[in-house]
Amino acid sequence: MKNPLLQFTSKGIYCEEANVYLDPWKPVENAIISHGHADHSRWGNKKYITHHKNIPIVQHRLGEVSISGRNWGETFTVNNVKFSFHPAGHIVGSSQIRVEHKGEVWVFTGDYKTEDDGLTTPFELVKCDTFITECTFGLPAFRWRPQQEVFNDINQWWAQNRSEGKTSVLFGYSLGKAQRLLKHLDTSVGKIYTHGAVENMTEVLRPIVDLPPTHLITKETKKSELLGNMVIAPPSAHGSTWIRKMVPYVTGTASGWMAFRGARRRRAIDKGFVLSDHCDWQALLNTIQATGAEKIICTHGYTDIFSKYLMELGYDARTEATQYEGELSEENANEPEKSEAE
Amino acid sequence: MKQFAQLIKTLDGTNKTNIKVQALAQYFEEANEPDKVWTIAILSHRRPPRPVNTTLLRTWAAELSKIPTWLFEESYHIVGDLAETIALVVPSSEKGSDKSLTRFLQEMIDLRSKTEDEKKKYLFQHWSELDYYERFVFNKLITGSFRIGVSQKLMTRALSKATGIEEDILAYKLMGNWDPNSISFHDLVLEEKESDYLSKPYPFFLAYAVEGDVSDFGDVSEWSAEHKWDGIRSQVILRNNEIFVWSRGEELVTDKYPEFEAFIGFIPNGTVLDGELLPYPKGEIGTFKDLQTRIGRKNISKSLLEKIPVKLKVYDILEWKGHDIRNKTYLERRHILEDFYSNIIKSNKETIPLLLSERMQFNSWKEVAKERELSREKHSEGLMFKRNDSTYQVGRKKGDWWKWKVDPLTIDAVLTYAMRGHGRRSNLFTDYTFALWDENEEGEKELVTFAKAYSGLTDKEFRQVDAWIKKNTLDRFGPVRSVTPEHVFEIAFEGIAPSKRHKSGVATRFPRILRWRKDKKIEEANSLNDLKALIPIKAKEPLDK
Repeated sequence: MKNPLLQFTSKGIYCEEANVYLDPWKPVENAIISHGHADHSRWGNKKYITHHKNIPIVQHRLGEVSISGRNWGETFTVNNVKFSFHPAGHIVGSSQIRVEHKGEVWVFTGDYKTEDDGLTTPFELVKCDTFITECTFGLPAFRWRPQQEVFNDINQWWAQNRSEGKTSVLFGYSLGKAQRLLKHLDTSVGKIYTHGAVENMTEVLRPIVDLPPTHLITKETKKSELLGNMVIAPPSAHGSTWIRKMVPYVTGTASGWMAFRGARRRRAIDKGFVLSDHCDWQALLNTIQATGAEKIICTHGYTDIFSKYLMELGYDARTEATQYEGELSEENANEPEKSEAE
Repeated sequence: MKQFAQLIKTLDGTNKTNIKVQALAQYFEEANEPDKVWTIAILSHRRPPRPVNTTLLRTWAAELSKIPTWLFEESYHIVGDLAETIALVVPSSEKGSDKSLTRFLQEMIDLRSKTEDEKKKYLFQHWSELDYYERFVFNKLITGSFRIGVSQKLMTRALSKATGIEEDILAYKLMGNWDPNSISFHDLVLEEKESDYLSKPYPFFLAYAVEGDVSDFGDVSEWSAEHKWDGIRSQVILRNNEIFVWSRGEELVTDKYPEFEAFIGFIPNGTVLDGELLPYPKGEIGTFKDLQTRIGRKNISKSLLEKIPVKLKVYDILEWKGHDIRNKTYLERRHILEDFYSNIIKSNKETIPLLLSERMQFNSWKEVAKERELSREKHSEGLMFKRNDSTYQVGRKKGDWWKWKVDPLTIDAVLTYAMRGHGRRSNLFTDYTFALWDENEEGEKELVTFAKAYSGLTDKEFRQVDAWIKKNTLDRFGPVRSVTPEHVFEIAFEGIAPSKRHKSGVATRFPRILRWRKDKKIEEANSLNDLKALIPIKAKEPLDK
């Protein structure tokens, strides 16, 4: 029997026909990359192909690598296999990867969200036969509110802290979440300061997206000038000595995990804002249905539970082990972020 | 309800005690009277009985959410809190309800005797119309346990702030049996009664743990030692023919220990004793585990009173003949206590549950260390040293009182199973089962589980172990995962006894993780025989009945 168009190997998702890998976790010759987060664009591949907007991010993280860019919807052929990138709405430059061969269509989502965040090119639905999907938040307990409501809460919180003479420190992943926060903060409340890791990544993205001015916190930054303003920092900064400069401060975290009271309490964060760059339960189900796919492969997140439910709904669903961090990526954001901050 | 849900949201939205107290105090100033009384009742664990059992709650929540029950159960294991899971999973609404907290609670009391259909209808209606936080609070009221990081003490502090009444007085007013459905806020809290002042305890004097060498304490003759008893530190107050028992948490627990009523008539009015409340099953000093059967109960049955009676092992006296004597020296106070004990109590030992904690004097620190070695045998946790000329001070102070506990027993064990934690550890694998090597009938080495532990690692280590577990799961049994035997942990515990109930044949007391032995391979972990060798010879016969 012929091998399937995409196979899950020890190195990554492999297209044998074209001899390329999608988001490989071990070094390979040819890598097609969905987006710039560390678990999807890894070091050590010979050639990288990704969307134009993702190139500066990959170069910032991996240095000078052999990389070429494509546009959304632009088809490129490798050994008769057609590939194209389609917006995934996860972070700036994030794509789903469509793979077509002999009339059979597969789509690999990488990470995605369907809500338009006003910063990232919005998610595009791609019809397919087999849909390889993440399910980081694939539990019915996850249900996002429209982002406008969440940002109203965040801005209100900032204004309240300011009126009490306190600095607001908001934690978010330095690539993606931090810029989404920046984009929607109400700059009439005060100034926005940044941690080094956030500032560096934001600088990389400024040529691509429109973001408000930020001020990097350095040794010279005076304690008094921070008062009442907003500080955006990666989660790893929480509990570090760096944060002492912000006293008196109030902490908040923006993450999908904040939906759980326990997750917030164990981080010893004052305020949790439920804001994610992944789909919630209903968005996952809606998207899967809309793709028209019959076969569903779950790569990371609550894969066992989610695929079991999909099977009950009548899909041919299964789980494949990958090294995308899913369950861990945001939950344990401290670990990967640290290296980026250095 | 809106106001109460908002309060819970605020309490939930901060980590800082001051802000919690402030929010509660403000609530106590603004809320209507019956709601205030109910809030006090709920936060002091006086909720009405559960009107609907949790099995029905789960089934109905799954039904309203249009998901299979197994999926609801999986979600519950991950969220770690039933009320929260239901609030998250059922379809959302922004409508909210204008009914008061009191109204809700009265409805829940009535609901108990309704039919299943009526109960279901009631739940569906409210789940569908309450907003997220109201729904969460509503579920918490139904499921009962209202643990949201607000202790009774914190609530009392806020109430004190709102009313200007002293905390100790309030603690007294709020004790005992009162019915939130019929008592008014005025009668419960505001009305001033002379008797309120009778119960006032003194702040406890607390000891620091000895670090380093005990001979650094200087001349051994300046010190007295006592065994450190493993019970509940308590103050017993006798004034105006009334008795009051306060625990270390500054909680009034008189109702839970009716034994002490026997003091009235024997101990003169105007006496305050400081000591350890200890269990005495079968007339012998018991373990903390015995005491735990008493701690949780509000209503004490006659059979439990007979099975596990408690006594006070007294070690200090703070008030005598109505005078505060805390400024006398330890030796002076002890002389008063010892005289009083031998004059009044000794001859009535059978009827009065009071024992004297023996004061010991030594000639050298070496002798002290020797006595400490006997601690386990004497059912104590170690020794206390008290400076002979020290006064009774307030709170934890360095210098005059020290505790020198025995070192815990330890063993190196292999992590074999893990479960997700609850509360702040929900969704994180933090509850572990550990195993030791044993030989089966064929003479093959195998791991036998012997203890569960879920404390002792740092948050960072827990995250590392959690990540490792998620990648190294062998099998799943509901919420439990078996993992590849790979990591060795040093487990500490306070006591050990043979047990028929445990597969390993051994029960350990208060097992916890001492450290992660990253330097050890699983082959280097201890065996079950190593563990059994730690059992004191006296206890080799199984204790289980």
